[in-house]
Amino acid sequence: MDAVALPGAPMRRWRPKPLIDNAWTRYLVYLGAILYAALAFGTLEINWARAAEGFERGARFIAGFFPPDFITKRQEIAEGLLESITMTVVSTAIGIILAVPVALGAARNLAPLPIYLLCRAVIALSRTFQEIIIAIVFVAMVGFGPLAGMLTLSFATIGFMAKLLAEDIEEIETSQAEAVRATGASWFQLLAWGIQPQVLPRFIGLSAYRLDINFRESAVLGLVGAGGIGDTLNNAFERYEFDTAAAIMLIIIVIVMGCEYASSWIRRKVQ
Amino acid sequence: MPVASTSSGQKAWMRRTTSGDLAVWAAWLAGVAIVVASFEIISQATIWAFVWDAPTQGADLIGRMFPPRWSYLDQLWKPMWDTINMATLGTGLAILLGVPVAFLAAHNTTPSALLVRPIAIFVIVASRSINSLIWALLLVVVFGPGTLAGILSIALRSIGFIGKLLYEAIEEIDRTQVEAVTATGAGRAQVLAWGIVPQIMPAFAGIAVFRWDINIREATVLGLVGAGGIGMQLQASINVLAWPQVTVIFALILVTVVVSEWLSARVRHAVI
Amino acid sequence: MLEISGLTKRYATGDLALTDVSLTVPDGQVMALIGPSGAGKSTLIRCVNRLVEPTAGRVVLNGDDITALGPAALRRARRRMGMIFQEYALVERLSVMENVLSGRLGYVGFWTSWFRRFPQKDVTEAFRLLERVGLDHMVDKRADALSGGQRQRVGIVRALMQNPELLLVDEPTASLDPKTSRQIMRLIVELCAERGLAAIINIHDVALAQSFAQRIVGLQGGRIVYDGPADGLTPSVLTTIYGEEDWSKTIAAVEDDAETELAG
Repeated sequence: MDAVALPGAPMRRWRPKPLIDNAWTRYLVYLGAILYAALAFGTLEINWARAAEGFERGARFIAGFFPPDFITKRQEIAEGLLESITMTVVSTAIGIILAVPVALGAARNLAPLPIYLLCRAVIALSRTFQEIIIAIVFVAMVGFGPLAGMLTLSFATIGFMAKLLAEDIEEIETSQAEAVRATGASWFQLLAWGIQPQVLPRFIGLSAYRLDINFRESAVLGLVGAGGIGDTLNNAFERYEFDTAAAIMLIIIVIVMGCEYASSWIRRKVQ
Repeated sequence: MPVASTSSGQKAWMRRTTSGDLAVWAAWLAGVAIVVASFEIISQATIWAFVWDAPTQGADLIGRMFPPRWSYLDQLWKPMWDTINMATLGTGLAILLGVPVAFLAAHNTTPSALLVRPIAIFVIVASRSINSLIWALLLVVVFGPGTLAGILSIALRSIGFIGKLLYEAIEEIDRTQVEAVTATGAGRAQVLAWGIVPQIMPAFAGIAVFRWDINIREATVLGLVGAGGIGMQLQASINVLAWPQVTVIFALILVTVVVSEWLSARVRHAVI
Repeated sequence: MLEISGLTKRYATGDLALTDVSLTVPDGQVMALIGPSGAGKSTLIRCVNRLVEPTAGRVVLNGDDITALGPAALRRARRRMGMIFQEYALVERLSVMENVLSGRLGYVGFWTSWFRRFPQKDVTEAFRLLERVGLDHMVDKRADALSGGQRQRVGIVRALMQNPELLLVDEPTASLDPKTSRQIMRLIVELCAERGLAAIINIHDVALAQSFAQRIVGLQGGRIVYDGPADGLTPSVLTTIYGEEDWSKTIAAVEDDAETELAG
């Protein structure tokens, strides 16, 4: 720091402190970022002629969407929708029921180390792969249809719910749990009186949120043959029935908006 | 808490009243009934003979997946590089487009609550409702197969995600800091830059990195519908039932996702 | 000189926060505004720089009618009124120097401020004022790393950076301990004396108001019920402002405080 203004001393200047203190590291980071951007853009194999054509195609495409046709394929749409909804409901229920024990095992303040590691591994496995990839595996195992979708979503729900729930359990107020333990309660009583009341509101909130996510996902699993409205949508695209595709997408948007509204309402109610 | 007297005249404590108890049980019963009925519908659409065969099928599948054909990795580096670029550039584009949308949607920064805000909210909702795979399905038809469709579908899906979380963060800022900057005689843009931006920076960095992490995962499957990246190799391998190659692809995806998750956790810790 | 005449504020909810308030504050006068919560103290201060838009009445600062200004002219007028806030209202994630320089925002363009290229004379002035309040060794600390008293000093320097003609001070001691509160009040009063500044200080602590302000205005239900010197605050006056209570202790406490301060 400069000395305080002596008479005739140079004026004290000020520049904002840079985010990275070390100048070398800073310029290295900048250089790296520029290099990456150059490489990334340089290796993008974009067929610009084809892309330029895209705007015209896009216009025709959008024209093909209108008016959305709900009527011609209403039988298929209704079936796809029913499949999606049933998949969502069952997989959310199964996923939540299985997620609870995994979450308890993955909370460091409740479980012994070997169980903790096992449960964390289950969570990591379920979260790492995109739902679609898991669906591919399940389709290969149990065949095409909504069962594969249901299994996929259940599996994904376990990872999602267990991870967030375990974090919640780890963050509970230990004083409340201690107070319960001090009464001489058993491990299960500790769960019921010391922990469940603290995490229940968020548990309900997360369940509602996951229901919402599962519906969205169920709309795309059909792309790999795992049933649901995605199947119907994919078929519509493959047969160039864009008006039907537009109708299906509108239905998805409306249902997703409804789900989101409902799930945020539930979360507000319980928190 | 309801307190009732029992016949013996002693006070009894119950958690709920009798009718409350009944309502709770009825709700559980209805819930279970819906799940069972739903499962029944799925069951009808399932060929159970296949399912009973699943353990054999699974074992067979694993048998065919091993040993992995590691030499196939040589053909995967470029698609994986494309996949990462799709996620990164798509996230970048989504930030460029999503940040202004967030400011237009937050009720304390929107220029017009009646006209502009509903439009911004609609953009966010529409973007969020449509999965990036569906965006990819559309964009592949429009722009042809390749990374461009992938980048754009990642971006279109992420605008809503970034927009929503960021506008919620903007609505939760401390107003007195904004008031203090306004009181110095700062202009509108200065109030935004000095009063609001510093407050949302940590949230913004966290959201951007979080979405990048999600986008890496999403980008791995966009190729299934032709939108570039490693998903195209996956699709090709599955089509010819080349399971040893599929194993290699899965392993590569696993490593990439784990590394990206670690990286994003590190960055989030650093900025918050 | 600040002249407020017939100031009235009715909120959208229909609540009448201020009714026909008229006041004149000459240059160099430190005026304390006391009154119970909800009496309209905060509203009155914010009507002066129009952070809250008054419903009726006029605010005139050194001959310029603030209430008649358009948006751009209002921003120029706000530069002439420094404001110090309850709970400091510093931009928490910016450094001390950035917070201080934010007092110059009204004087520089957007890009100048975005790239932090403030004129050297502003930076020199910032260092001078930070030195005056004893914080020039903390310029690059983030505001949220400071203690309450230090933050409020940064808040004061930010207001002074505007080179104001008037200070609006809103509960400056609300979250400070008693000793720091007195230090902050003394600093504000000294700085006003040095620069011949007029100041309106909202304060709920009657004892502090009495020991530091030359003039006290009591607000009750949005109306002025007392306007006079600090020693004119008798128990009956306090009863009209705050309602029935045993006031002898409060006033005695003031005298005790004054004595200990003289002794110390």
